[in-house]
Amino acid sequence: MTSTVAPTAAAPAPSGKSTGRSGKPRAAKLVRMLPLSPAIGLMLVFLAGPILYCLYAAFTNMALTGTGAANVQFVGLDNFRKAFSSGAFTNAIWLTLVFTLISAIIGQNTLGLGLALLMRRSTKVVRNFVGTAVIGAWVLPEVVAAYLLSAFFNDDGTLNVMLRAVGLPGQDWLYGAPIIAVSLANIWRGTAFSMLVYSAALSEIPKEIEESAEMDGASGGRRLLFVTVPMISRAIMTNLMLITLQTLSVFGLIFAMTRGGPGTKSQTLPLYMYEQAFSFSQIGYGTAIALVMLAIGAIFSLIYLRGLNSEAAA
Amino acid sequence: MIARDRISKLTANLILLAIGVLFVLPLLWVLFASINRTAGLRVEFPTHPTLGNFKAVLNTDTTYRPVLNGVILCGGSALLTMVCAVLAAYPLSRFRSKFNRPFLLTVLFCTGLPITAVMVPVYGLFVQLNLVDTIGGTIMFMATSALPFAIWLTKTFMDGVPISLEEAAWVDGAGNMQALRRIVLPLMWPGIAVVLIFTFIGMWGNFFVPFMLLLSPERLPASVSIFTFFGQYGEPNYGQLAAYSLIYTTPVLLLYLLLSRKLGGAFALGGAIKG
Repeated sequence: MTSTVAPTAAAPAPSGKSTGRSGKPRAAKLVRMLPLSPAIGLMLVFLAGPILYCLYAAFTNMALTGTGAANVQFVGLDNFRKAFSSGAFTNAIWLTLVFTLISAIIGQNTLGLGLALLMRRSTKVVRNFVGTAVIGAWVLPEVVAAYLLSAFFNDDGTLNVMLRAVGLPGQDWLYGAPIIAVSLANIWRGTAFSMLVYSAALSEIPKEIEESAEMDGASGGRRLLFVTVPMISRAIMTNLMLITLQTLSVFGLIFAMTRGGPGTKSQTLPLYMYEQAFSFSQIGYGTAIALVMLAIGAIFSLIYLRGLNSEAAA
Repeated sequence: MIARDRISKLTANLILLAIGVLFVLPLLWVLFASINRTAGLRVEFPTHPTLGNFKAVLNTDTTYRPVLNGVILCGGSALLTMVCAVLAAYPLSRFRSKFNRPFLLTVLFCTGLPITAVMVPVYGLFVQLNLVDTIGGTIMFMATSALPFAIWLTKTFMDGVPISLEEAAWVDGAGNMQALRRIVLPLMWPGIAVVLIFTFIGMWGNFFVPFMLLLSPERLPASVSIFTFFGQYGEPNYGQLAAYSLIYTTPVLLLYLLLSRKLGGAFALGGAIKG
């Protein structure tokens, strides 16, 4: 490591946390920030760079073949007009919303919270078994999870065998209700994250608070709603934002399970973007869709930051 | 009161068991199919269990090279991420500066950006820089995409190391980097290991990034080469696919076991995230 630069940085800073006003030379302050530079360099080139490039390419007719390949032209808002008037794009937006709502906001979040709550009253053996199963599904590589669940939802698969055993009609889930199947798959794969976040948050609630609520005669449901949930509201906020953002950009799971099909019945935004940019070689149009996705992500990210900030200020 | 407690405990156990079984069920297919020479998509215990599927896939082209590529790719990226994250976290955690808050907010903001969306322009950038189909370029991009989250977590863990120990070292004339290496890192190694292992597990499963940035079959990691089971030959050999899936999954399962035995498991991560 670069220990050669460090002494100059530390020598005038015996108190360590001294703030700028004590007249420390500007150069020394800069030097002690130097370790940040590899991270900043990488993020500028490989994160900020592509985003800026996205801002440029989204307004051009850039393509891998045809006219847009030979001579790239600025086309203004054409790509966005084309997107918002295209049925396939609005279909992708809808499917993305349905997918996010079912699998993240309702599925992972509620199931994760439920698991974390139940685990507090369960016996250790059960807790370990369920924890391992849920986290196991999470640790599994994306594509492997996709294959397992394809088999599970298949016409001959475990789900249908179970349904038929209790007299319910089965169906080929990947064909008949692909967006439901991939949403359930994402719940299976992603619930562990919410469970971990909520377990950590719940473990910090003092037992006395819940006990005193119980003494006052609050029933289980009311205790949960008026005592427990408000105390972990910060964790709920954090978790909802993070899983929403993760779910918006899920690609491998859906791609390996259905390839967006049949037709476009499970083609969420990332898959639509991939198809346009690479299967159809429309880089300009593809980056315009990417920009829409980035904008959605940025809005959620900002809401999340504001939430954290106002919590910190309170 | 006690009877009611017991009933509520029993209900909680039963519901949890039911959910646990639902989570285990999809896993059964891969276990059974991997030892079944004529596996289909139906879950059934084979009449003649065999290790033939494993023997069939354990060769250089199908297993050894993709797994080695994955180790190089994900190991390299995870290490690069970790080095950059530790270096970046140190000044952020130790020195007050006007620059810290905006930087941390930017980092948090970046953790929210959908990496999937950046892939089209990244591909464009890689074409410009002549980095398409290079391991080095892919490592740098994968490291960068994990960096915001890793910086955030590392700083959270580093904040837990009291600064008084370093102040003593500074008085004795140690530099910042010496203090970081000799005092802070040894005290926070469990946190480092948690971040490193989770970064690696995330990358090991990542399909989209290497799928886009690498082209040559001999450079593809296991997460992408698994796709070759669905070639142009129609129905894949499900038994071999299942066997390969198990082999490909083993490293992350071992890492996860290590994590949960030694480091408080994923629950340490949950604690660092919930803010």
